[in-house]
Amino acid sequence: MNKFAKRISMVALLATSALVPAKLAFADTPTNGGDIIVTYKDDIATLDPAVGYDWQNWSMINALFSRLVDYTPGTTELGPALADSYDVSDDGKIYTFKLHSGVKFTNGREVTAADVKWSIERAVNPKTQGPGAGFFHSIVGADKMTAGTADTLEGITAIDDHTVKFTLSQPDATFLNVLALNFASVVPKEAVEAANGDFGKHPVGSGAFTLKEWTIGQRLVFQKNPDYFIKDRPHVDSFTVEVGQEPLVALLRLQKGEVDIAGDGIPPAKYLEMKKSAEFEGMIVDRQQLETSYVTLNTQVKPFDNAKVRQAVNMAINKDRIVRIINGRATPASQVLPPLMPGYDQAYKGYAYDPEKAKALLAEAGLKDGFSTQIYTSNTDPQPRITQAIQQDLAAIGVKAEIKAVANPNVIAAGGTQGQAPMVWSGGLGWIADFPDPSDFYGPILGCGSAVAGGWNWSWYCNKDIDARGQAADAMPVPAKAEERNKAWAQIFTDIQTNDAPWIPVFNERRVVAKSKRMGGPDEIYIDPTRVIDYEAIYVNK
Amino acid sequence: MRVLRELVRRPSALFGLIVVAIVLLAALFAPWIVHFSPDNQLTDGLSLEGAPLPPSGEHLFGTDTLGRDLFSRVLFGARTSLIIGLVANGVAVAIGLLVGLLAGYLRGAIGNLLMRFTDLMMAFPALLLAIALAALLKPSLWIVAMVIALVNWVQVARIVYTETRGLVERDFIVAERSLGAGNGRIIFLHILPHLMPTAIVWGTLGIATTVLLEATLSFLGIGVQPPQPSWGNIIFESQSYFQDAPWLVFIPGAIILATALSFNLIGDALRDILDPTQRGRL
Amino acid sequence: MAVFLARRLVQAVLILLGVAAITFLLLYYLPADPAVLIAGRSATPQMVAAIRHELGLDQPLVMQFLHYVGSLLHGDLGRSYTQKTEVLPLILARLPATLVLMAAGIVVEVALGLTFGIIAAVWRGGFVDRSIMMLSFVGVSSPQFVVALLLLYVFAATLGWFPMSGFGTARHVVLPALTLGVLGAGWYARMVRSAMIEVLRQDYVRTAHAKGLSGRRVVLSHALPNALLPIIAMVGIDIGQFMSGVVVVEAVYGWPGIGQLAWQAIQQVDVPIIMGVTLVSALAIVLGNLLADFVAPFVDPRIRSQ
Repeated sequence: MNKFAKRISMVALLATSALVPAKLAFADTPTNGGDIIVTYKDDIATLDPAVGYDWQNWSMINALFSRLVDYTPGTTELGPALADSYDVSDDGKIYTFKLHSGVKFTNGREVTAADVKWSIERAVNPKTQGPGAGFFHSIVGADKMTAGTADTLEGITAIDDHTVKFTLSQPDATFLNVLALNFASVVPKEAVEAANGDFGKHPVGSGAFTLKEWTIGQRLVFQKNPDYFIKDRPHVDSFTVEVGQEPLVALLRLQKGEVDIAGDGIPPAKYLEMKKSAEFEGMIVDRQQLETSYVTLNTQVKPFDNAKVRQAVNMAINKDRIVRIINGRATPASQVLPPLMPGYDQAYKGYAYDPEKAKALLAEAGLKDGFSTQIYTSNTDPQPRITQAIQQDLAAIGVKAEIKAVANPNVIAAGGTQGQAPMVWSGGLGWIADFPDPSDFYGPILGCGSAVAGGWNWSWYCNKDIDARGQAADAMPVPAKAEERNKAWAQIFTDIQTNDAPWIPVFNERRVVAKSKRMGGPDEIYIDPTRVIDYEAIYVNK
Repeated sequence: MRVLRELVRRPSALFGLIVVAIVLLAALFAPWIVHFSPDNQLTDGLSLEGAPLPPSGEHLFGTDTLGRDLFSRVLFGARTSLIIGLVANGVAVAIGLLVGLLAGYLRGAIGNLLMRFTDLMMAFPALLLAIALAALLKPSLWIVAMVIALVNWVQVARIVYTETRGLVERDFIVAERSLGAGNGRIIFLHILPHLMPTAIVWGTLGIATTVLLEATLSFLGIGVQPPQPSWGNIIFESQSYFQDAPWLVFIPGAIILATALSFNLIGDALRDILDPTQRGRL
Repeated sequence: MAVFLARRLVQAVLILLGVAAITFLLLYYLPADPAVLIAGRSATPQMVAAIRHELGLDQPLVMQFLHYVGSLLHGDLGRSYTQKTEVLPLILARLPATLVLMAAGIVVEVALGLTFGIIAAVWRGGFVDRSIMMLSFVGVSSPQFVVALLLLYVFAATLGWFPMSGFGTARHVVLPALTLGVLGAGWYARMVRSAMIEVLRQDYVRTAHAKGLSGRRVVLSHALPNALLPIIAMVGIDIGQFMSGVVVVEAVYGWPGIGQLAWQAIQQVDVPIIMGVTLVSALAIVLGNLLADFVAPFVDPRIRSQ
């Protein structure tokens, strides 16, 4: 692949982004102006892009800062942002970006290539104590920085003020996705240093909004950045996030017109009522997301070390009934990847619900009379209820599963301790993709590298052949071989499930958000596949 | 026998006795009374959309959010909740009485030490203790009972301490002491009876609050684990449904209320009957 | 009196140290590893280890504790693991709301409890007494969440008398305080009633009656002060309990108190915040009890302060 072709592909990306207004036009054209109110129950932990990693602050950080590349609102397509164009070497190891000139931080200084380098180094540096460091592992020198033997990343060079070059230790097909993560946001060094360790409360970026006010425990006010380098965005003048708001009360306030977006969505208790009520028509956004809820089967714990047993319990779960318990807010899952993810295999049906066959398989494995085991679950509704449904299904094939409903950190600790948790229900801690790429569902939760103490591979599944196939797939250059790569990943995931069945994929949960009638724009910017809420794109109807 | 006869003669106490008897019998004979297993998630126990069913001939108290028969769960839950409400709370009140009384009566260094220990226990975060125990021990009804006893005695101790401090200076105690009465005699014959009203208030109101507290502690992982029912966790699991499925909250709520109230009626009556100075006064 | 206060303050410091030590120990032995939670899902074991080192969690427990106490003596409560900011400002920012709700809640509890308790004691055994007893049990056995939401539906959403959520004006505090009052007044009413009945039977009160004093004067000037003793102890307890936060009530009314901060910190094993909140509420509990012991002799002069 020559450099010229690469430039063409970037032009293609530009073209997609230019298409966006037309795509949104089917609803109505965005109008500018207006101040809106958003509510959340939990307090906002931090707005530091190198640290924030929960679904409340994710979209706010996204709106405060900008990155080299970014997704087109409401889609999973990458487009240019701070970078106008980029170049990839033929071996897929060197990425060179040309920065858009004249972009300014909200403190007035221009964004330079050196800022890009410093910001990513900051995200990787263990002193920052951020959760994003792992994503940048393919940049040369990342391992030294983790070990504490280097303060800079030799794999990033600022060639001049507007050119930055990344050198990777191995080809990484997801590298552009990584650069679109919040962790790769560009921050001004002087502002970070001036904040004296408190950058998360005093963020300065070059994004669509600036933080105007933060009253701890009460509200955050974000104001439109008038100098934002993307034309005609954002649309609203400001958005205020009120925290500490119980979801049921937030809905009541929404009804009264006091609130525009109830960020926590609709609690199960209210869902059916609201769905049926005419009053709420046009106020409920209900969409699929890149999520799979599953039960991990610990491949190192008896009797789940036997693939037949894992397949048997896969057949024992009545997923339709579980979906009914959560009022149909999900679709039964057959495989690891969610339907919206590239690599999802339409044809693969997984293990059908068949308790008789499950019992026969258990008998084949020498467990005619079943066995006793444990299932860990998060203790927040509706997770214990779902686990009880799973428990009843397992009992029907003779498997007695004791439920351990504990706080999230304890579930994570149990899952990450070798030989401890035979089964873990992932609901409430579920795997929502960091970026729309199938590899995100392998390495951190099914790969050998994550089957370690404190890791997130709670099945403790490690298949060296599959690991090798995954590496080969990730070395395929994108977008040239994107199709081929997706096919390779699809095959990897169906092979894992068919042969080894380390998971029971239970359902793909949809996200539900409630918004006031005056909020405009298509559903996908309220449940954006990568941003959660796309503050840049939403607008108020006139 | 005289006590029982006197109890039955008072309408309010009789009412209390009947309610308590019904609850106890229901708890004991639950397996023979109910048509459905408390843990059985019935296929037709939910509407097609997944909503719980309201009370009907089939399901006396309706069904819960998993399609289980609520009547059956309430009866089986009585076992857990009575143990918590009576045993755990009873132990807490007893310890509180003992510590508060000793500290208030003895005063001096020992009294001070006891009360500072009470402060320490009170200042200690109970939630955290619960989470830590949940991680270290196998959850069970007895552990949650122990934690409740451990957490709740301190408040009783504080109040009993303050009351005892007032009591020991009263004329009749001072008089007893100057007549050479021993400590044991003073404590048991003269101070303890005056503390009985407090003990009854805490012993009976406490039934209601500890039954609810059990649900919080079980939620943190130390108490009964799903699917085992208790009155507290039936309410706790479904409290956000109180508008759409009010039976899930208000039926068990009313039962907790009736039980605690009945024990109070019996307690008040017993105190009147047993305390000679009170006879004919209330 | 000065000696009494000084001694109790020294004891208070010791109690706080004890609470700090036990809490620290418990958090240390929790299986949940803060470093794993911070490092996120993409982290390698090396990254987790690096973060553990940064937080000083790789040091022996004793060293960690000494380090904590050392900073504490300089007024430094440490930095939050998850929020990456100083803990003290986080707590101080939420302190006013907590104090306001604590004070208002106790006022409502005591006002309702005293009123109903006295009425019940004076007309004991009658219909009024029984109704009050019934009500006090209803209040005490109601789940907080349901009571809070019901009050909100009626007085804020439907009648519109009070704002639904927030903090700042006097109108904001009414419903949260009322919720605490409704839930807690039952205890006060029952205690006042039984203490009053106890006192009303005693000789000096009967003497007062015999001397021809009016019923109301007897109740208010003779019986009430004695009934106040347990009430004072209960206020002392409630100061402590409400200071550590009332999670459910805060959540329903969007009240920016300490309870929500503590609850989230526990969910995330944010040790410095948990320790900070524990110490602040422990301080409140110790001071509340000290206050109760201090005030008691003024109410009942026969009690000598020790």
